[in-house]
Amino acid sequence: MASCAVSDLPDGRRVIALAGRLDAASVPSIWDPVHRALDDAPARPVTVDAAEVESCDGAGIALLVDLASHARAAPVEVVRMRPDVDTLYRQFDLARLEHDLDPPPKPLGVVPEIGRATYRVSRDLAEMVSFVGALAAALAYAIAHPASVRWRDVWRICEGVGADALPIVALISFLLGLILAFQSAVPMKRFGAEIFVADLLGLSVLRELGPLMTAILLAGRSGAAFAAEIGTMTVNQEVDALTTMGLDPVRFLVTPRIIAALLMTPLLTLFANLVALAGGALTMETFQIPLVTFFKELDSAVDITDFMAGWAKSFVFAFLIAAVGCMRGLQTSAGASAVGDSATRAVVSGIILLVIADGIFAYLYFVLDI
Amino acid sequence: MADADPLIVVDDLTVGYDERVILEHVSFSVARGEVFVILGGSGSGKSTLLKHMIGLYPPLEGRVVIDGRDLTAAEGDERRDILKGIGVMYQSGALFGSMTLAENVRLPLEEYTALPAAAIDLVARMKLELVGLEQFSGHLPAEISGGMQKRAAIARAMALDPPILFLDEPSAGLDPITSAELDALILRLRRALGMTFVIVTHELPSIYAIADRVIMLDKRTRGISAVGDPRVLRDESDDAYVRQFFRREAEAAAA
Repeated sequence: MASCAVSDLPDGRRVIALAGRLDAASVPSIWDPVHRALDDAPARPVTVDAAEVESCDGAGIALLVDLASHARAAPVEVVRMRPDVDTLYRQFDLARLEHDLDPPPKPLGVVPEIGRATYRVSRDLAEMVSFVGALAAALAYAIAHPASVRWRDVWRICEGVGADALPIVALISFLLGLILAFQSAVPMKRFGAEIFVADLLGLSVLRELGPLMTAILLAGRSGAAFAAEIGTMTVNQEVDALTTMGLDPVRFLVTPRIIAALLMTPLLTLFANLVALAGGALTMETFQIPLVTFFKELDSAVDITDFMAGWAKSFVFAFLIAAVGCMRGLQTSAGASAVGDSATRAVVSGIILLVIADGIFAYLYFVLDI
Repeated sequence: MADADPLIVVDDLTVGYDERVILEHVSFSVARGEVFVILGGSGSGKSTLLKHMIGLYPPLEGRVVIDGRDLTAAEGDERRDILKGIGVMYQSGALFGSMTLAENVRLPLEEYTALPAAAIDLVARMKLELVGLEQFSGHLPAEISGGMQKRAAIARAMALDPPILFLDEPSAGLDPITSAELDALILRLRRALGMTFVIVTHELPSIYAIADRVIMLDKRTRGISAVGDPRVLRDESDDAYVRQFFRREAEAAAA
């Protein structure tokens, strides 16, 4: 326990006598009373008598340092410390402790913040442009020299992007077909038009939802995985190692991933289309539309152009997701959260790009009357 | 020794990141066959200098010439050609985590040579034997210890028999015995293959054991505070900070 006693001497000096163990447990109880004693009489010189202080830890020394460097009209001195307390106390330079020597930076004003954000966005865009250039060069090189592609890596990545994604793609597509068919069959039944659910499902799944849902799943699974994988390699200096070996990280890390995504995504899209239609067909069974009738109606409603219009998108989507995932990975900075940030940014940018690309496709198909 | 036959020339180099300058107008050269050590206190820019010497970052000013060719200005095939002549061992090893040790060592051989697969395999195993890891060739980097990873990284850096090896803190985090083994390996390679080493470290025993020459970076001046034989610097340097560094004295003791 610690205690403090305040007394005023006839010469005007105030004495604060501290006693006991000054540690993290006892200092809180005397911190305020001691400071009040200082502030009550700002003009009186103060002597802090530490003769009875038995021991000090960090908190105790902090109290003594704080008293000694207290800003007031009259001086404060700490006296009669025991030798061991004195040794601890003398480790610190009071002048350097008076204020924070490395204060947190002041928040910027609105204008500088806008400037900084603009700079960040423009730098991001510039990086994107130079990445697209490097990627185009690497892909052109891969097409001209197929033997230079690390095919072993391509097959390994194909497994992760394609085969391993089958269950989740199957589940989501099946449910999508099922729900879409059910939601549209209920109102259409009122008009006796439930057979046209096959038309609706066929067109929406083949032209739009099949490729888009597969691509969104790909962005969440593989886009994030690419960013995290390459990001970890960046943090571990593996990308630096490639660079100093004279091997281009884009050719070495990005090309195989883009090829794998381009090979697998269209196949996954085919599979997703099929499973979604199967889900829809199953729902329609419960509305007394037999499978044969459903598929006959589907056959009459959609043609190969509808299918190709959707399927063509899957190649573009695959390219965008893989490229942005790899780019975010290569942009990874240092620090524990960097890889997570890259993965998040890969998914967000991937989905934004998907939606933009899908909009462009919709407009193009409208103009071209496809 | 340095000026007789320089293999690496660092000419008026200013390095830093963005606007933060870390070293200013640094010039020195490394002779062929030399074990050259870059040392300095924490934050003095040792690793930054090394990263600029191997062309990972463009310098703010100045140039790095390796074997008569300017790495700073080189692009494309010329740059690849210069980089082929250097091997780098990173502080963390930086082995490719998805590849076994043998695959790591094979990679530069596969990329740069037309050797048949059997020959590449044999060369890779020989390099691993050189660093005493032949029985771990099928292990992944995560399956071996930190010291082993560093040795494997040296094997990979030597895959193409580059005349120059850059090592970033090779003995950091190693026990004294492994560290001494690494020193012995460096001396053996220098003797047997005439390689030149540029090493960033502040392990004093290691410096005395292997260094021909050291340069010492000083963050107060953002430049070089001493160049020379480490033993001579320890005993005869005029600079109190240099003597203090070599004698491993705390700041207060020297003051």
